[in-house]
Amino acid sequence: MNILRSTLTAVLLALLAFAIFGPITNMLIWSVAETWYFPAKLPQSYGFSFWERVFRPQGNAMESLWNSVLIALFTVLASLAVAIPAGLALGRGRLPWRALFLLLFLLPQAFPSIAVHMNIARIFYGLGLNGTYTGVVLVHTIQGLVFSVWIATAAFAAVDRELEEAAANIGASPFTVFRTVTLPLALPGLMASAIFVFLISLDEFTGTFFVGVPDVTTMPLLLFTASMEGNYQIASITALILLVPSVGFMLFIERFLKSDVLAKVGS
Amino acid sequence: MINRKTSLILIAPALALLGLLFLYPLGYSLIWAFRDEELGGWGLQNFIKSWGLYSSDILFTLIIVTLSTAIIGALSVAIGGYLTLGENRVALTILRWLYRWPLFIPFVVAAQLMRTFLAKNGMMNNIIVQAGLMESLQAASFLDWRGIVITFVWKQTPFVALLVAGAMAALDRSTIEAARNLGAGRTRILFQIVVPQVATTLMVGLILSYVVMMSVLSVPMMINAQTPTMITVDMAWRINAYSDYGVANALGFISYAMTAVIAWVYLRQGVREGGSPT
Repeated sequence: MNILRSTLTAVLLALLAFAIFGPITNMLIWSVAETWYFPAKLPQSYGFSFWERVFRPQGNAMESLWNSVLIALFTVLASLAVAIPAGLALGRGRLPWRALFLLLFLLPQAFPSIAVHMNIARIFYGLGLNGTYTGVVLVHTIQGLVFSVWIATAAFAAVDRELEEAAANIGASPFTVFRTVTLPLALPGLMASAIFVFLISLDEFTGTFFVGVPDVTTMPLLLFTASMEGNYQIASITALILLVPSVGFMLFIERFLKSDVLAKVGS
Repeated sequence: MINRKTSLILIAPALALLGLLFLYPLGYSLIWAFRDEELGGWGLQNFIKSWGLYSSDILFTLIIVTLSTAIIGALSVAIGGYLTLGENRVALTILRWLYRWPLFIPFVVAAQLMRTFLAKNGMMNNIIVQAGLMESLQAASFLDWRGIVITFVWKQTPFVALLVAGAMAALDRSTIEAARNLGAGRTRILFQIVVPQVATTLMVGLILSYVVMMSVLSVPMMINAQTPTMITVDMAWRINAYSDYGVANALGFISYAMTAVIAWVYLRQGVREGGSPT
């Protein structure tokens, strides 16, 4: 009975491992396949010539990689610029209708976003923002807003008030207290939100699809185009470049988001 | 403590951004769904046209998303349940390490992985044939509605399972131990004691996943090239090919409605049970 149960557990785990790592392995093989024609089970030849094509300095792929990184950095800056004050107000302030405000930032998560995105594109078209970096950064910022605001709120709420009072008692001005006590203590949480927003921006597809065209191409759009053209090597290499930070974040998230901050998210 | 006025000033930029980039386009999409841009005037023309052109896609979307949500729920309860009630230490360690991998992998990447994995000549069929479980002539492509469901489940299960496992880990273990001492089996403990206590978390995770799946564009475009397809593809098509915002917004309205129905069913359930169980 015990052996039977152990065997069953092992088989189920093996199936789960196959379901999770099978598709990833298939992508890894494609990324180093030089030629792979039907009906061969494995590529006829392996090599890195497609990697050279992707990383060629003047190529499309390098351009979209830089676009993605640049847009993600500016999205992080824009998010922090609005989320730090909002987090202070929600985490430490005397804010009327606080719960309502918190809920308001959750709204974009409660509606299927595609219909909103296509109308943002239409509004941006009128403003001349379509196909610009600014337009794409704005769309990415709104995607990450609930996470940046909620995590910043939790990070500021978790700061020990007695430390701030101690600093104020020895004569520090409110701004000095914020700069030397509150902000450094909230920094790990803010870093977590920055990394999360960076990842959201890096991976965003639908908003860029509507707002970025035809001038701003990011990695996800390059991956999409390459895949639809049947260029599986380029698509798989791009997928791998996007996969590495996602998996890295999954493995290390617990180190960035401490439990005292996590416990205060949404409260 | 920051005073009331300063607090409002501090939160104002974030609210302005939310208003301009979410509430305004949201209102826009709701209003323009009822606007007839060819003839001018307001009415249900866009909805009639949408239903005429895309009724099978609307049903297809509803079925795909509902089916995916159901499978995600079942798998999440299974994973969370094993992590909470399992006794084999090795299996627990492996499962805890294993199940979260797709958590932050973007949909567009998941779609590309599945596009190669589930193809007729993809790795899944090859391995099944190699294992002698199927003749190679029987190998069929899964790149249709099944491919969409598989991709959604692959991508979203870790998220819901993580929430559910977290809620289960926070439960008071004494009731579980008491039931175990009385001789209840693990399945019975799971469904009669553990799941009812984490039902709220499970439903929140499932509703968030449902909304996300309702608005994914890349997966149906990359996995399922034939008709019927999901309405997200139709919305992009109406805009890119015809600049037809009326029908696109009517379809968007329908996707809101399909989400609202689910949320309403859940809320009504909560009210009937005498307030949401927490």
